[in-house]
Amino acid sequence: MVKILYFAWVRERTGTASEDVALPDGIASVKDLVEWQRGRGDGFAEAFAEGDLVRCAVNQSHVALDHPVKDGDEIAFFPPVTGG
Amino acid sequence: MIRVQEHDFDLGQALKLLTDGNHGIGGLCSFVGLVRDMAGDAAVGAMTLEHYPGMTEKALEEIEAEACARWPLQATLIVHRVGKLEPGDQIVLVAAASAHREAAFDACHYLIDFLKTRAPFWKLEDTPDGPKWVDARNSDDEATRRWMTPA
Repeated sequence: MVKILYFAWVRERTGTASEDVALPDGIASVKDLVEWQRGRGDGFAEAFAEGDLVRCAVNQSHVALDHPVKDGDEIAFFPPVTGG
Repeated sequence: MIRVQEHDFDLGQALKLLTDGNHGIGGLCSFVGLVRDMAGDAAVGAMTLEHYPGMTEKALEEIEAEACARWPLQATLIVHRVGKLEPGDQIVLVAAASAHREAAFDACHYLIDFLKTRAPFWKLEDTPDGPKWVDARNSDDEATRRWMTPA
């Protein structure tokens, strides 16, 4: 299982703040996970449509699309940050 | 020191606490960000700050550690508010203290530039057309990149 968190408009579009997911077979990287999200239904397809725009953190560190994902990870998807 | 909080802060009190008893500090530089009532040409009412509890603190601690590795700092402080804020409210405070002014100025600037592009906060503005998530600005990315070029 992995914990997946969603923030800001990614949370609103997916309708989900947090979920525990069994990693489907063949999902080894953030990029694989984004592709899988696009096939999950309307809200997810919409949230992940602009593939380059959604950012990802694994275990609370910013990562690139080629970063590996594995059981036990905390994975977060969110828009570019706008604090300060 | 890192603080993420809903309540307001007192700049004078925060800076006094930061430097209290440390007489090696010769320069203290601070930056305070306020909520504007305009975004481009559009009027903005209140805004709501969302963040990623856990990662926010981790990201801010990393930014602080990087500043401390880069300049001879005696004290640093980052305070960021979350929740609902009104125009004119204080939203963020960063401060850096050193023996001399140059490190304090540079580190303070570095802290706010990296906070804006690395710390997981998101602003939702109330506009006449309804709530709108603020878009990230390219100029913020450029401000961060500036620090990555060797001097």
